[in-house]
Amino acid sequence: MTALHTLTVQAMLEGLDGREFSAAELCEQTLDAIDAANPRLNAFITVTHDEARAQARAADEARARGEAGPLAGVPIALKDILLNRGVRTTAASRMLSNFVAPYDGAVVERLRTAGAVFVGKTNCDAFAMGSSNENSFFGPVDNPVVPGCTPGGSSGGSAAAVAAHLCGAAIGTDTGGSIRQPASHCGIVGLKPTYGRVSRFGVVAFASSLDQVGPMGKTVQDTARLLEVIAGHDPRDATSSRQPTEPWTEATRRGVDGLEGLRIGVPREYFVGGIEPDVEAAIRAAIDRLEVAGAELHEISLPHTEYAVATYYLLCTAEASSNLARYDGMRYGHRADGDDLLEVYARSRDEGFGDENKRRIMLGTYALSAGYYDAYYLRAQKVRTLIRRDFEQAFASVDAIVTPTSPSTAFPLGTRVEDPLAMYLSDIYTISCNLAGLPGMSLPCGVDGAGKPIGLQLLGRWFEEATLFRIGAAHEALAAPMRSTP
Amino acid sequence: MSTAQDWEIVIGLEVHAQLATQTKIFSRESAAYGAEPNSHVNEVCAGLPGVLPVLNRDAVELAMKAGYALGCDVHRWSQFDRKNYFYPDLPKGYQISQFTHPICTGGHVDYLLDGQVKRCNLTRIHMEEDAGKSTHVDAVSLVDLNRAGTPLIEIVSEPELRSAEEAAAYLRELRLILRTLEVCDGNMDEGSFRCDANVSVRRPGAPLGTRAEIKNINSFRFVLRAIDYEVARQIDVIESGGAVVQETRLFNSNTGRTSSMRGKEEAHDYRYFPDPDLPPLVIDEAWADRVAGSLPELPMARRLRYQETLGLSAYDADNLTAAAPVARFFEAALAAHPGNPKGVANWVLNDLMANVANPEEDLDALPITPDHLAQLVRLIDDQEINGKIAKTVFTRMLATGRPPAEICDEEGLRPISDPARIRPMLEQLLADNPSQVAGYRAGKLKLLGFFIGQAMQLTKGKADPNVTKDLLVAMLEGGEG
Amino acid sequence: MSERHISEEEVRHVARLARLALNDDELQSIGRDLNAILDYVDKLAELDLTGVEPTTHAVPLELALRQDVVVKTLTREDVLANAPSAREGLFCVPRAVEGGN
Repeated sequence: MTALHTLTVQAMLEGLDGREFSAAELCEQTLDAIDAANPRLNAFITVTHDEARAQARAADEARARGEAGPLAGVPIALKDILLNRGVRTTAASRMLSNFVAPYDGAVVERLRTAGAVFVGKTNCDAFAMGSSNENSFFGPVDNPVVPGCTPGGSSGGSAAAVAAHLCGAAIGTDTGGSIRQPASHCGIVGLKPTYGRVSRFGVVAFASSLDQVGPMGKTVQDTARLLEVIAGHDPRDATSSRQPTEPWTEATRRGVDGLEGLRIGVPREYFVGGIEPDVEAAIRAAIDRLEVAGAELHEISLPHTEYAVATYYLLCTAEASSNLARYDGMRYGHRADGDDLLEVYARSRDEGFGDENKRRIMLGTYALSAGYYDAYYLRAQKVRTLIRRDFEQAFASVDAIVTPTSPSTAFPLGTRVEDPLAMYLSDIYTISCNLAGLPGMSLPCGVDGAGKPIGLQLLGRWFEEATLFRIGAAHEALAAPMRSTP
Repeated sequence: MSTAQDWEIVIGLEVHAQLATQTKIFSRESAAYGAEPNSHVNEVCAGLPGVLPVLNRDAVELAMKAGYALGCDVHRWSQFDRKNYFYPDLPKGYQISQFTHPICTGGHVDYLLDGQVKRCNLTRIHMEEDAGKSTHVDAVSLVDLNRAGTPLIEIVSEPELRSAEEAAAYLRELRLILRTLEVCDGNMDEGSFRCDANVSVRRPGAPLGTRAEIKNINSFRFVLRAIDYEVARQIDVIESGGAVVQETRLFNSNTGRTSSMRGKEEAHDYRYFPDPDLPPLVIDEAWADRVAGSLPELPMARRLRYQETLGLSAYDADNLTAAAPVARFFEAALAAHPGNPKGVANWVLNDLMANVANPEEDLDALPITPDHLAQLVRLIDDQEINGKIAKTVFTRMLATGRPPAEICDEEGLRPISDPARIRPMLEQLLADNPSQVAGYRAGKLKLLGFFIGQAMQLTKGKADPNVTKDLLVAMLEGGEG
Repeated sequence: MSERHISEEEVRHVARLARLALNDDELQSIGRDLNAILDYVDKLAELDLTGVEPTTHAVPLELALRQDVVVKTLTREDVLANAPSAREGLFCVPRAVEGGN
C-alpha cells in the first residue's frame, strides 16, 4: 500500500490492527516523505531515522504478541523543546544547538510507552517565542498549504509536519497561542489543554504559569486520541492536576448530535474590527451552521479582552527572563569566549539567544526590577484576575465560547519581522485562554480568497476538554474536510 | 581611642541551617555530605532545560518543628519566590526561597550568658535551597553541584544583640536547640550551620548606624573575632571622619580581619517574584497540631528541670545540657538509676567528659553505655564498692566496655558481702585459732578485733567488714567452731 | 530614541542585570522596542485595581509534597555530558569572584 503517511491516526491504527500494513512500512513511507519534503519545508530540525525504525519494529513485535499500546506504530513528531533522551534538543536556538537530552520528559515517556514512533524534532520559534516560526536559528518553516507563507508559531514545524503528512500527529506547546495559531494557519486541529492537564516536566520552559503541551492532528478524533495518551497527573510537576483523564475519543463520536443542549457564547469584543473580512465571514458561517445544527448561541461579553495582550506580555516575559537565566554557557549550551566570567556570561547569552528572546528577556527583567515591580508585574497579575473573572462569569451562562483563532491568515514570510508590537497584537484571540488557564482548540474553518486556511477557536471551562471535542466533532462534520497537500 | 562605653554595638544574625533530610528540598537526589563531586546531582539539581521543583515533605515538617520550638507564628499558608542572580554554582540562575510570605515570622531565642537568661527576638524563618560549591584555581572556578538544592532554613534575628559574646551565646543556644530537635546536625565544619552577621555601631541614643554584613562565619571562635574586629574597624572609620559603607565583607581567619568583597559593589536586584512552578504551601490543621505537639524537651526547659526537680546546680545543669549527646547520656543513665541524680551527674561531667575531646562527636562512640554508668553509681550507693575502687572500675570499663559488676567480680574489686562466701573462710579461721575462740567465749570480747583483722588479711581487705563482724559474732557466740 | 519610559542608561543597566552583551545597535533597537511596548502596556493603568488580588496560577492548585526518599535518575556522566568544559568530575568555568550569595 502507498501513501500510508497521508492517513489519519485513526486509519493508521485500524490498518495496523487489521494487519493491512506494518508499522515498519508506515515508518519507511513517512521517513521517505520527510526526506522529500523537509528540504523545502524545513519543518524538522532533526529526523531520527534509526530510532524511528527501531520503534516501528518494536511496535510490530508488540502487536504480534497482542501487547500493542494505544499508539503503537504511529509516527509522531515532537516540537524541539520536548526532551527525548539521547536526541539533540535545540529549542530551535543556537544556545542549545548541540544539546543532547539526558532524560525523557513526561509526555515523551507516555508516548513511548504507548508505542509511538518518533520520527523527529520539529522546528519552532527559538525558545517558543514567536508567532511565525521566523525566529528559529535553523531557519523559517514554510507553510505546506500556502508555500512562501508562515505556518504560524511558535509550533510552526509541528503544524507543517501534520499538514504535509510528515507524521500521523504532532506535539506542540502553547503559551499564548503557539499550538492554536499555527494549527489555524496550516488548516489542522490543535488543542491547548487546561493548565495542569498535561505535565510540563521535560519541556523547555518559556512562561511557567502559561505553558501547556498539547496535541496537533489531522482530525478532532486524532487529537482526542493523543490527549488520552499524554494527559494525566505527574508527580514530577507540582502544577500537574489530579483531574482524571477521560476517554475523549468517545466525546468525538456523536458528530452533530453532540451539539444537543450545548450553549455557545460569542464574545462581542472579539468581533469589533481588525479581522480580515474573509476570516470573519468564515467564522460567522460556521457559527450559523452550529446554531442550525442544534447549538444555542448567545452573545456574551469579555470586557477585559483589550487588556489581555499587555497583561500577557508583562507576565510571560517576566517568567521567561527568569526561566532563561539558566542558559549561561557554564554547564551546558553555547559558551562564547571572553576575558572573564562576566564577559563569558554576556557573550554566550547574546550569541546563543535570538533577537526575540533578548527582547523578551529585557522586557521581563525590567518588569521585575526594583522600582518597577508594582507598576508592571504586580499590576499585570491583578489584571489577570479580572480576565479570569470575565470567563467565570461568561461560563455561568454558556458551556463554550467560539471565536476566530487569528484575525488574519498566514502572511508571507519576512513581511512582519520588523514590528514586534504588531506581532504581539495578532495574538489577541488566543492569549486570554492561557491567562485564564482554559482549554482552547483551533479547528480548520475553510480558506480565504487566496486559499489560506482559516481557524475557528473554541474555549471551554477548566478541565472540560470533552465539550470542545463534542463541538469540534460537530463542526468537523459540518465543515469541509482537511485539505490534502501534494 | 574611645572605650566600649562610648559606643553601642548592634548585631543581627542570619543563620542558614541545613535540614536533616535524606533528599534535597526540590529533587529526589541524596542530600548526604561528602560524596564524589557531582555524584549527588540529577537533572533538577543541575538546572537542565525542562526540569521542575517538587517540595520535600520532611523538609517542611522540620521547618515547622523549628518554628514551633522557637515560638514563631508558623503560617499555614506560605509561598516560594524566585531570587534571581547569576553565579556559576547557582544552576538555574535563581534560588528558590521565600521572600514575601515565609513559613514563620516572629519567635525568639532565649540563651544564657554569665548565668543570666537573655532573649533575642527573631524576625522570620524561611525555607530555601542551597547553592553548589565553587573552588577557585588559577584562572578557573571548579563547580560541584552536590550541595545544590540541599534544604535550608534561614533564621533571621532582630538586631537586638549588643556584643560579640551575646552573639556567640545566641548561636550556641540556637544550634543546641536545632540539634535537640534533630532538625539540623549543626555540623559547622561540613557547613550545615552557617552564620552571617550584620554589624553596626552607634552613639548611645543615636539612630542606627550603617551596617556591614560579614559572611559565612563557620565557627564560634570566628564569631567573636570577626565581630570584635569589625566593630573596632567601624569605630575607627567613624572617628577618623569617614563613613561606614553598607557592604558585604568576608572574614579571614588567618589574618583576623574582615575585607570587602570586591566586585560586589553593584547592588543586587534580586527581582523576587512568586515561583510559578510551585503552588502555595498549605499546612492543614491536623499536621500543624501533630508537629506542635511532638516537640521534645528543649535545652532551657531541661536546665530548669535539672535544677528544680533533680536539685542539680545551675552550673551542672548548664554543662549537662551543653551538648545534646551529653544530656541524652545523662538522662538514659538516670532512667536506669533514678535515685542519685547528683551522683550520676558528677560521674558524667567529671569522669566521662574527661575522656571525650568533643562531646558532640565522641561521646556516643565511647564503650561505656549509660546503663553501665548507672550500674556503677548504684554499686557505690549500695556500698558495694567505695569511691576509690569505683575510679579503678571506671577505667576498666572505659578500656573494655564491660559492665562494672563483671569487672568487680573478675578482678575481685568488690568487697565480698555475701555471708555464704565469707562463712567457710571464717569457719577455717576459727578452726585454726581454737585458743582465741575459747578466750572470746570466756569473756575476752576484745579478741573480736583479732578475728576481724585476721579475716581482712586472709581476704586481702575484700571481705565486707560489717558482714564479717556480724558473722563472727554470730559464729563465736553461737558456739560453732 | 524616545525615552518616555526607559532611558538608554536604564537599558544598559537592564542588559547588565540580564547578562546580555548588547552592542550599541542592539541597545538602540531594543530600547526603541521597549519604549513602544511599555507605551502600549501603560493602558493597564486605566484600570481600577483596588482590592483585586494578584493571580499567579489561573487554575486553583494545591502544592503536592514528595516523600523524602532517594531515587536516582542520572549518573555523573549524564550530568556532565553537555558541559562545555569539565575537569575531574567538576564543571570548569571562568573564575568567579568569591562569594556568590
